[in-house]
Amino acid sequence: MNNLIVSNTALGLTGVFVGLALWIGYREKLGIAKDLIIATFCCVIQLFVVGYVLKYVFRVDSWLLTLLLILVIIFNGAYNAKGRSNDLKNSFPISLLAIATSTLVILLVLVFAGAVKFIPSQIIPLTGMIVSNSMVAMGLCFRTMNSMFTDRRSQILEMLALGASPMTASKGIIRDAIKTGLQPTIDTAKTVGLVALPGMMSGMIFAGADPVLAIKYQIMVTFMLLGITSISSMIGCYLGYQSFYNQRQQLIK
Amino acid sequence: MPQLATSNLTYQATGRSIINGIDWSLEKQEIVTITGPSGSGKSTFVRLLASLLEPTSGTITFDDQDIETLDPIAYRRRVSYAVQQPTLFGKTVRENLAFPYQLRKKPFDEQHAVKALQTVDLGASDLDREITSLSGGEKQRVALLRNVMFVPEVLIMDEVTTGLDSDSKGSVHKMIDYFNDRHQLSVIMITHDEEELKHAHNLYRLADGKLAEVDQHE
Repeated sequence: MNNLIVSNTALGLTGVFVGLALWIGYREKLGIAKDLIIATFCCVIQLFVVGYVLKYVFRVDSWLLTLLLILVIIFNGAYNAKGRSNDLKNSFPISLLAIATSTLVILLVLVFAGAVKFIPSQIIPLTGMIVSNSMVAMGLCFRTMNSMFTDRRSQILEMLALGASPMTASKGIIRDAIKTGLQPTIDTAKTVGLVALPGMMSGMIFAGADPVLAIKYQIMVTFMLLGITSISSMIGCYLGYQSFYNQRQQLIK
Repeated sequence: MPQLATSNLTYQATGRSIINGIDWSLEKQEIVTITGPSGSGKSTFVRLLASLLEPTSGTITFDDQDIETLDPIAYRRRVSYAVQQPTLFGKTVRENLAFPYQLRKKPFDEQHAVKALQTVDLGASDLDREITSLSGGEKQRVALLRNVMFVPEVLIMDEVTTGLDSDSKGSVHKMIDYFNDRHQLSVIMITHDEEELKHAHNLYRLADGKLAEVDQHE
């Protein structure tokens, strides 16, 4: 880790790039100055808070605190997925269940397979990766379902009129929404290492780890992400489609 | 005892009253025609009858049973609803006629399908035709057949003949007469078509959320 030396002065100097973005925004009359300044402050404050919290959690090394942090990450993920759901009914409990289940399944598999240890320095970053991917997948699933239930309303109505169950009538939409939720992870997996070195691998190499060891971890993470997005997309879509029907199995949205 | 009846049926959407306390009934094997200006709530009324919408108040009874107490899927197979601009599923006519069998988890009966096609002036050679090669009239007839592959007790046709040529209209009417006569099928038909209105036996007019019988002798 000795090669990681970001001095406060060096860090401060990189702030020049924010100034550059501000100057471009001003010159091109983009009207983004306020957003840029807020984003810069949010980034610095959030990361410092997280940095100190993680430092404390790693030092205390308590399984209870680790678990609490996992729950906080899951809760935040579900809350954010709800925000991306265009007011889909029950989107928060659905996201919470989908994200919590996928996180639990993946963490259990990784810990029992011996791929990672249940220590905060390994579990917390992994949980962050799992939840953020799950959250993105859920958001995509919800948005896809929302637009497809609008676009294919007449087709669904016809199927219901012929005596199909809401599940049968929604099957095509559920399939397409799951596919959409999975697509970014599949696309990333296809180009991993060719276009960009992913976060975890880059981080390890940066910290001086053997690149071969780093790719092993990256392969594990890629597999893990494929698992997470499929589990959470499936749970999210199979529970989410029901929000478009009432108890009399009529289309309501 | 009427087969299908409404009592003080009311439907409101976004604060606007669309169906306004309708009392109405349909006898078994009856064919009724409903007409009325665009936006008068004809489709809403029949969608309520098909249990595709929930009434704001009032009741709908089928064979003297409140439809709220019936399983909606089973009910919709007995009171079937066909739309004006249907979407055909899959790629071929066969896939569309097989859909009702899939829903009931039964094997596809090809002979029965061919017989059904003949009731709308299509035939065995049309079974494997791609839906993209069908004309508008043929599409509508195939879509309508999906509703009667397992003959329901009531068939609701929501402007299904609008925009069809006279041959296609004739085929649809031939089919209705066939199932009405052989299977005691009751039919509720929404139309604006002058010819169809001229030949309607039991004509109702829906306006301002109210349904009134039209005296055709006037």
